Amino acid sequence: MIWNRERETLTDRKKKIIHGELLKNLVKRVYDSIPFYKEKIDAARINLDGITSITDIAKLPFTTKENLIDNYPFGMFAVPMSTIVEIHTSSGTTGKPVIGGYTSGDIDMWGEVMARCLTASGTAENDIIQNAYGYGLFTGGLGVHYGARRIGANVIPISGGNTKRQIMIMQDFKSTIITCTPSYSLYLAEVGGELGVDFKKVSLKAGNFGAEPWSDNMRKEIETRLNLMALDIYGLTEIIGPGVANECRYKNGVHICDDHFYPEIINPETGEVLPPGEVGELVITTLTREATPLLRYRTRDITALIPGECKCGRTSVRMKRIMGRTDDMLIIRGVNVFPSQIEEILFHIEGLEPHYQIIVDRVGNLDELSIQVEMNERLISDSIKGLEATENKIVAEIESVLGIKVGVKLVEPKTIVRSEGKAKRVIDKRQI
Amino acid sequence: MKTKQISVFVENRVGRIMEITEILGDNKINIRALSLADTSDFGILRMIVDDIGKAVKVLKEKDFIVKENYVVAVEVPDKPGGLAAVLKVLGKKNINVEYIYAFFEQPQDKALIIFRFENPDEAISALMESGLNVSGEEKRGVH
Repeated sequence: MIWNRERETLTDRKKKIIHGELLKNLVKRVYDSIPFYKEKIDAARINLDGITSITDIAKLPFTTKENLIDNYPFGMFAVPMSTIVEIHTSSGTTGKPVIGGYTSGDIDMWGEVMARCLTASGTAENDIIQNAYGYGLFTGGLGVHYGARRIGANVIPISGGNTKRQIMIMQDFKSTIITCTPSYSLYLAEVGGELGVDFKKVSLKAGNFGAEPWSDNMRKEIETRLNLMALDIYGLTEIIGPGVANECRYKNGVHICDDHFYPEIINPETGEVLPPGEVGELVITTLTREATPLLRYRTRDITALIPGECKCGRTSVRMKRIMGRTDDMLIIRGVNVFPSQIEEILFHIEGLEPHYQIIVDRVGNLDELSIQVEMNERLISDSIKGLEATENKIVAEIESVLGIKVGVKLVEPKTIVRSEGKAKRVIDKRQI
Repeated sequence: MKTKQISVFVENRVGRIMEITEILGDNKINIRALSLADTSDFGILRMIVDDIGKAVKVLKEKDFIVKENYVVAVEVPDKPGGLAAVLKVLGKKNINVEYIYAFFEQPQDKALIIFRFENPDEAISALMESGLNVSGEEKRGVH
């Protein structure tokens, strides 16, 4: 099933025309309404009249996450505040979050692209979508919600967590589609198994799983244990949230909604655009976003575009699974975590440069993050109560900043291995 | 009497306490009293030694994290009810004991109890008022 046959099966020629028109319009919009882009375009002496086709995109400057943070909170808004109808932020960014503004047109577009993504996994009007992505500032919950509404399906806004209730609801309401992180889907399978649930008798037929990296091995496990078709969904707050891309039933890469989000793959070192098929950093231009449009946004996700047609009939360009990051961002249970955030919290508590190590593991299908902190003169106490209070304080501070519970273990000085004087900050033991 | 105690942070690993006692032994530092408090992950080894300054120095050189603080040493008759009498005094004055450990002196008719209070001076006056022997540093050879 294809939601928008006209837009999802554009011929190359037609796509090029549309891309050219949208890009021309976009550069004028950002130049006129966002001082950051005006300065950048002027400084690079780019003649906007020379931007006439999509191939001219390589002349334009990149936008980075730092640029967005520098312009926090509303410096990247291209429209007056009165036309903004919703704001979302990234889950866990360093210091200030990344902001996404939405006009009612943007919400419409979001519903459209999410409708495409859900349709790609077989969702139709008579389906019941159990939406276990978090509702709130996080884009996951509401993004799926808008797509479901657009299709006219029945969406159950159960949000994340409360696993036993999730399992009860999916049985009682006969949910047919589940949306959550892939690791949470396996957790549902595990808890369901403990409760004696036979997933062959549960109505679920498909799931859109995303917000964290996963693999084909995990897919096989999810499909077997939950007895459904598991498809990958990709998105990021900066661009729209979920809905940037989704797999079709042929499971050969995610189809990017490329009439809204124009993808490029670049060499992250040089910025040079790489030909289709080569691995590099994904860069996205939001061709149609009204509130917070972005020129050539560097996602820091490493992947490759897949040339050629797809058996499903869509001509929208496909992209491989995310293979890594150009920065040190970790994704823990769908939450973006930067080691620098944890460092900042420890610094705040200890008042001196902390020696710590972050250990990421997947225990019983859920990501576990534990932090080892070396004992020092400031933290030591002669009572167990005092040391446990320190551990609990670190746990609580991290939970309040990142929204996830971590384990903290105090260790002896110099037990964290240092290479060239600097400790390896992150040990990722997950086998995804 | 108020006396200084050192506390050393140790992870629960085989041989760690041996290492600490060995370092002190090699440096001719005598351990007068000792107690270990532990959780599943770590422990705190608290000691009264005969040369605090030197003990802190040699342990720090070996990358141990050491904390010094005051505790109160109280002499208690080594007979049933000896400790209870002391605790009764403290209880009456509503003085909370953070933790407590004991060791025995020669001749063996007295036990020396080490008390950790939030405010050692307050506890000392309370104990002395009740005529209890708050053990002096010199007498114990702690200097």
